[in-house]
Amino acid sequence: MEEKKQGIPKDIKQVSEVVWEIPTSYKQGMQVPARIYATNKLMQQMDAGVFDQITNVACLPGIVKYAMCMPDAHWGYGSPVGGVAAFDPEKGGVISPGIIGYDINCGMRSIVTNLTLEDVRPKIKELIDALFKTVPVGVGAKGVVKVNKQQFKQVMEDGSKWCVDNGYGWEEDLERTESYGRLDWADSSKVSEKAISRGINQIGTLGSGNHYLEIQYVKEEEIFDKKIAEKFGIFPDQILIMVHCGSRGMGHQVATDYLQIFDKAMKKYNIVIKDRELSCAPFNSDEGQDYYRAMACSANMAFANRQVIMHRIREGFSQVFKKSPEELGMHLIYDTAHNVAKIEEHKIEGKKKKLIVHRKGATRAFPPGNSELSPIFKEIGQICVLGGSMQTGSALLLGIKEAEETFYTTAHGSGRTMSRTRARNEIRGERLLKEMETQGIYVKSVSMSGLAEEAGSAYKDFGDVLDSIIKAKLSRPLAILRPLGNLKG
Amino acid sequence: MYRFLKHTADVLFEVEATSLNKLFEDAGKAVMATMAELKTVKPRIKKTVNLTSDKVEDLLYNFLSELVYLKDSEYLLFSEFKVNIETIEVKKINGEYNHEYDLMSELKGEKIDAKKHKLGVDVKAITMHMFTVEKRGKKWFAKVLLDV
Repeated sequence: MEEKKQGIPKDIKQVSEVVWEIPTSYKQGMQVPARIYATNKLMQQMDAGVFDQITNVACLPGIVKYAMCMPDAHWGYGSPVGGVAAFDPEKGGVISPGIIGYDINCGMRSIVTNLTLEDVRPKIKELIDALFKTVPVGVGAKGVVKVNKQQFKQVMEDGSKWCVDNGYGWEEDLERTESYGRLDWADSSKVSEKAISRGINQIGTLGSGNHYLEIQYVKEEEIFDKKIAEKFGIFPDQILIMVHCGSRGMGHQVATDYLQIFDKAMKKYNIVIKDRELSCAPFNSDEGQDYYRAMACSANMAFANRQVIMHRIREGFSQVFKKSPEELGMHLIYDTAHNVAKIEEHKIEGKKKKLIVHRKGATRAFPPGNSELSPIFKEIGQICVLGGSMQTGSALLLGIKEAEETFYTTAHGSGRTMSRTRARNEIRGERLLKEMETQGIYVKSVSMSGLAEEAGSAYKDFGDVLDSIIKAKLSRPLAILRPLGNLKG
Repeated sequence: MYRFLKHTADVLFEVEATSLNKLFEDAGKAVMATMAELKTVKPRIKKTVNLTSDKVEDLLYNFLSELVYLKDSEYLLFSEFKVNIETIEVKKINGEYNHEYDLMSELKGEKIDAKKHKLGVDVKAITMHMFTVEKRGKKWFAKVLLDV
């Protein structure tokens, strides 16, 4: 199955215009049906691997309701990227790194400024070049925050709070970050020495691949809820900044370590899986709990990573525009995780249940009134940050109560549709750079091949993904953000 | 010999070699070639990696994972690989044999330098998805998916 195969399973049932169901009869061992949220057009483009992988997830012990796929889903390893699955710990429900991803708490951050397109367009090159110096990117880049092992353990346990306490951010940043930028069940004693040595020098580094820092603007006609936009200081022709990255080597090592631990532990718990990448352990087991605590450490490292990057962005803007970040109004809108598992309370058959909800390349989108939201989001619902491709656009979305079925989850990006190998063969990085410049987008990357792999044409149509989100009522749009400059690893 | 295959989001490669040692050397090079153009990495620093396992799959998985680890912890990329694997047969009580694989390797490369090296994409992890190591006829084959 090395090449991408297309083909929707024959026995799939179309539940509505944008909801598709694969019944349990599709594959032996399926505990629940699988559901895919996508328009017909996106379904036709979906990798065959998505159907195979999501139905493997549906076979795992203790899964409830459905194994689900967001509209931007694509073939991954273990679970597809865009996968959502919740397990009931009381019924042997498991925790699986394969439905979280190696890049634990890979996520998005969106920041406003009071600058306009007119202020920034003439300075975009200078700005991106300045940010290239303040934010380390690419393979082997070292962060500017120097910590010893003891301090790094504090970063793993305190996340964004550690950053704010140490001068890398503002107090208000915390209430504008998912879980206040700190998963409080983190226990650094559950993280290996290897993971620590991979991560200790990487606080404040962007990484590579699809990770990026983007300067964006918003058009008047693409602000869909003016009242909420105003509340968060979003106005027409405004400049915003988006960051996409995760927990770097530390999180990758934690996932690697625990996949091996689970691989061995499954015998003890009599768990049989369809793919070794779906190795898991009961949530209520020593192994499951150890991973949950180590995963939280990685998530906190990722929150800290994005927090320090934002601090450096504020410094970079300050240098270029000769004003303080406060004067430039550089407030965080929200920071969302899209690779994580958490205990959340949801209704199952009318009863409230505590479930371990896994999201891999999928974003939590809590509706208004949710008790976990910080006061500024309580009335309006959670803001979600959806990162599109560097050539098309991104979006800010709002959580809605209609998304109960997906445990209040929406998409995370555009979703790849072309392989990296094909993109590299078909697209020349240098030519793409020029093409984007004529479109008014200035890009800087340490890797030309890496740049080609991230071309807009390697992704699904951003409009189609947004269309599916709206029709499936996974969330509602707040604003669309268009690219002006991009910094890549 | 290694070649990259198509995969939507990650990097998939296949290795074909005339010996197990060569299979490991080429798989190591494929991981490195994902992160940097190999010819730009000079063999200035020597590093030894020794591992033992009772399964050849686990041995390759651990060997490649070690390379990813050294990239982040010591900022090392390698362009020259010398691998020597000894297979030891251990007789079990029931008369059957268990294999034990002892790997000794010498890797040469240098510290990552964005100015010198033509960098590619960072490898986050070696995945077990579609991971295979097998001997067909006189040749060894492996397939590895990297998370990038």
